[in-house]
Amino acid sequence: MVNNVMSLSRSGLKDFVIQRATAVVLALYVFCIVGFYLANPGMDRATLLGYFSSLPMKVFSIMAVLATVAHAWIGMWTVGTDYIREHYFGAHATTFRVVYQVGCLLVLFVYALWGIDIFWRL
Amino acid sequence: MSGISSDSIWLDRGRCRTGSPNKVFCMHTHRPVNLALTKFSFPLAAIASITHRVTGVALFVGVAALLYLLDIALASDEGFAAAQSLLAQPLIKLVFIAILAALTFHIVAGVKHLLLDFHIGDSVGAAKIGAQISIVVTIVIVAAAGVWLW
Ligand code: HEM
Repeated sequence: MVNNVMSLSRSGLKDFVIQRATAVVLALYVFCIVGFYLANPGMDRATLLGYFSSLPMKVFSIMAVLATVAHAWIGMWTVGTDYIREHYFGAHATTFRVVYQVGCLLVLFVYALWGIDIFWRL
Repeated sequence: MSGISSDSIWLDRGRCRTGSPNKVFCMHTHRPVNLALTKFSFPLAAIASITHRVTGVALFVGVAALLYLLDIALASDEGFAAAQSLLAQPLIKLVFIAILAALTFHIVAGVKHLLLDFHIGDSVGAAKIGAQISIVVTIVIVAAAGVWLW
């Protein structure tokens, strides 16, 4: 049996909604970046810096970082609980899964700090 | 056991009435599981679904590369030049395009997923067309981006 103590909101329904809401934020963010890239062929650093250092864009970027962390955590949790379970991994599945989950959380923690640092210091 | 997979279904002790060592085999509380993957047929929608999952996990890793490039490109003029020369190397460029391809499919299939969540296009027939559209749209975008960036 796999339980949900490690799920983001401890509720499948809330996780489902959070994953969809963050997906929308991320998709919009990607569209903005791609649009900016296409509108500025042969971009120099000043243009790039100018784009990312406006306050609204800083807030949007940090929202995207946090959305990525929440979205990826829910996603990786789902994948982990689907595959790392006793049926495939035997009696120690829970141990393996917790190690996997802690690994994912560490990576996402680094992404969060790193991402916030990149955008906030601009 | 006839007709039932020989795979064991293990449960935590305490969830089962027969309490042998640590874990006990208790078939009667679960339905049999038989994952003969090589014998299944995988419709296009199933392939698109697993690809969405694979691209999601790939992005979990790929985000590190994107953050790194953006970090150095924003940090200084030297960093911007370094990011440009990194992306000019064929192997790195290929990996970068692969990450963009994963992102493209994940978004296209993700948007389709959101539509399905609102019950738009979730009949069996529409699912097949939806999978076809998302694959074609991804190929077109990635091909265009690949030609543009290469
Ligand atoms: C930062 C980039 C992203 C990462 C690392 C990421 C990662 C993941 C992962 C690991 C999953 C779990 C897959 C599964 O359960 O099968 C997932 C699911 C999902 N992703 Fe993303 N994703 C990203 C961006 C996006 C974007 C931009 C969208 C926009 C539409 C999106 C839409 C979805 C949806 C709708 C699901 C749910 C699929 C399901 O419940 O089966 N993702 N994502």
